[in-house]
Amino acid sequence: MDSKGINISKTEELVLENKLLVSSSPHMRSNESVQRIMLDVIIALVPAMIGSVYFFGINALKLILISVASSVLFEALIQKAFKREVTINDLSAVITGILIAFNLPASAPWWLPIVGSAFAIIIVKQFFGGLGSNFMNPALAARAMLLTSWPSHMSTFTGTRPDVVASATPLAIMKYGMATDGAASATVEAATSASQGAGVELPMLMDMFVGNIPGAIGETSALLLLVGAVYLIIRQVIDWRVPVFYIGTTFIMLVLLGVETEFLPYHILGGGLILGAFYMATDYASSPVTPMGRIIFGIGAGILTAIIRVKGGYPEGVSYSILLMNVATPIINKYTSPKVFGEVK
Amino acid sequence: MNLKSLTFKGGVNVPGHKEMTENLPIKRAVEPAVVTIPLHQHTGAPCEALVKVGDRVKVGQKIGQSDAFVSASVHSSVSGIVKSITPMAIPTGLIVDCIVIESDGKGELDEPITEPKDLEELTSDEIIQIIREAGITGMGGAGFPTHVKLSPPSGKKIDTIIINGAECEPYITADHRNMVEEPEKIVFGLKVIMKAVKVEKGIIAIEENKLDAISALIEASKDEPNITVIPLKVKYPQGDEKRLIDATLNRQVPSGGLPMDVGAIVCNISTTKAIAEAVQMGKPLYERVVTVTGNGIKEPKNLIVKIGTSFKDVIAQCGGFTEDAPGKIIMGGPMMGISQFSIDVPVIKGTGSILVLTEEEAKPVKVSPCIKCGKCLEVCPVKLQPLYLSTFSLKGRFDKAEEFHALDCVECGACSYICPAKRPLVESIRIAKKEIITKRKKAN
Ligand code: SF4
Ligand code: SF4
Repeated sequence: MDSKGINISKTEELVLENKLLVSSSPHMRSNESVQRIMLDVIIALVPAMIGSVYFFGINALKLILISVASSVLFEALIQKAFKREVTINDLSAVITGILIAFNLPASAPWWLPIVGSAFAIIIVKQFFGGLGSNFMNPALAARAMLLTSWPSHMSTFTGTRPDVVASATPLAIMKYGMATDGAASATVEAATSASQGAGVELPMLMDMFVGNIPGAIGETSALLLLVGAVYLIIRQVIDWRVPVFYIGTTFIMLVLLGVETEFLPYHILGGGLILGAFYMATDYASSPVTPMGRIIFGIGAGILTAIIRVKGGYPEGVSYSILLMNVATPIINKYTSPKVFGEVK
Repeated sequence: MNLKSLTFKGGVNVPGHKEMTENLPIKRAVEPAVVTIPLHQHTGAPCEALVKVGDRVKVGQKIGQSDAFVSASVHSSVSGIVKSITPMAIPTGLIVDCIVIESDGKGELDEPITEPKDLEELTSDEIIQIIREAGITGMGGAGFPTHVKLSPPSGKKIDTIIINGAECEPYITADHRNMVEEPEKIVFGLKVIMKAVKVEKGIIAIEENKLDAISALIEASKDEPNITVIPLKVKYPQGDEKRLIDATLNRQVPSGGLPMDVGAIVCNISTTKAIAEAVQMGKPLYERVVTVTGNGIKEPKNLIVKIGTSFKDVIAQCGGFTEDAPGKIIMGGPMMGISQFSIDVPVIKGTGSILVLTEEEAKPVKVSPCIKCGKCLEVCPVKLQPLYLSTFSLKGRFDKAEEFHALDCVECGACSYICPAKRPLVESIRIAKKEIITKRKKAN
């Protein structure tokens, strides 16, 4: 056979030089990567980020930037200190930073996101082994910590209009009938919705959907968050089961608990439910990996959110619900192992 | 005729890469000067050599056999002189006794193993005997002797034969070309199997990315009321036996069970063709279609290659390696194929393809910690939880791996393929499986 000009002996050399790769199959990998997934989440959050700056002004941008920078910095520092590989390239710290900022009111002082990031990255994430090993959503844990430690900084919401100094979130209005400290005189929307009677009026639903309402900077615009969420579902980054069962259950539970129909849309669009359901409850490490587990997680978070809102002491309840379900996740995983193909029980 | 595409739950879409060879007609490879024929290229007992060094052999002459039922005879693929019988490496990674034959280039044929007969005249037992005599094994890679597969224990009632034309592994087109070029043989082979197992229903299942094969087989089987051609969705691992039965018959083979437990037997396309040739022409299995492909090969081809031809000779007549190759040389497809230490190994009955990857493609990927995304669970066709299985295996907790059904893993590799953290999932599950099986054997 004529094998002239064909460098067949190259193979032997290669084997000798240990260059010919011998390994267990598969020999082909998808182009999925952790970084790509994280980048997709960041892309999905961009509309809401732009929205937050549009609605709440330059302060929102400042908070986001401080939060992202400090999250990334803390991640690098703690990994260096623990003598671990520095993995800030995976972009996960960037997401934590954005989400922490999204949970702050626009009036929050500059150091608040720094404290939050330190807690989220160092305690909640890295102490438990880093990306994939954290049992709670770092950003939510940070929010809960900040809310306990600096309640006034965390719940003084500025409105989206320059003339409004402080005002109440729609859920607070529903909960307490009127705004809390100093906001009693603030009219959230023009008198068009005067039918609400005395006290502070609820904003128009359209404003609420778009995000033109008081609240934490990243959670007010259901519209912009949903745009990103659709992107994440199309890209198969998040499982639709979690948010759909979460929001669906919240809705049903609110009805069962006797919440009046006209208030329901406010509950669904307000209080960070959209942000929580699509961006926080779907956090991989702190939510179940099994399909059934994800459904249970969503239902559980929905029940808790509705109960906290209607019966509990807080006007909202998304963070605590998700955090509680985070804690339950290992058990959910354990009891929802899928039935193996052909298994006879 | 039902032409709705069927499929199974789970699985993953992998790029096909079939364009390199799917339209290239099968060509006969150059006659090898020397062949190295392993006496053990199947599941079961190894063969004893029937020839000695210095003997003259003819094409198709039986040169190795075993008395064990679970074994498959081997035949010479050339005419010439036996040069040596020594242990050598074969592409499955084992070192087994091989008969090295120097060809005299004459291609002198031995007597056929059977007189050409009408299918009507043959009994079931006679057919099984011909298949055994022809040394036919599962040619999709597993290498299980076909006559054993077609002799289910009397307690098992078989009602359907499924011919597996899924060819879901990327790159490989050997079965595809066989279906397009010799659809009559495939249909005849199926009829032979149906008669051997005394079954009334035959299915030929083909992934719908091979429309030409689907129409060729529909045409070839148009006068066969008992044979149905079923298109399958393109999804990996559609060609896995249990997935195929699930898709076509909607029956689930029990965990730890065999297809025959649900009344089905699955046969590969090349195997079916070999069966047809054994019965029609009295030809034993001494050559097969091999797809030589990959970005590391200059001129990819579909070749009829004599068993025992070295990978080196086959690669040489496909233009050799490209500049940036070889990074990896694989027998079989990229998902389940076996990577080779050398090209001095012979083509065996289970060699459906020789795939050469470039250095770039073969570069090991960086592994990072599991992010618990759950994608591996989503794609696993068996509904296992690869992330946990893999963790248990890596920690040496094989008892836990067993509890999590490690043995049900079909090693399709879909989990490792999809994992964004590039975890070695199936790679580690394989280790656990080996450990569990060894432990079980010890316990018995
Ligand atoms: S696909 Fe990989 S990263 Fe995702 S859960 Fe499975 S092992 Fe972990
Ligand atoms: S665990 Fe086994 S069967 Fe499941 S996807 Fe991985 S290799 Fe395939």
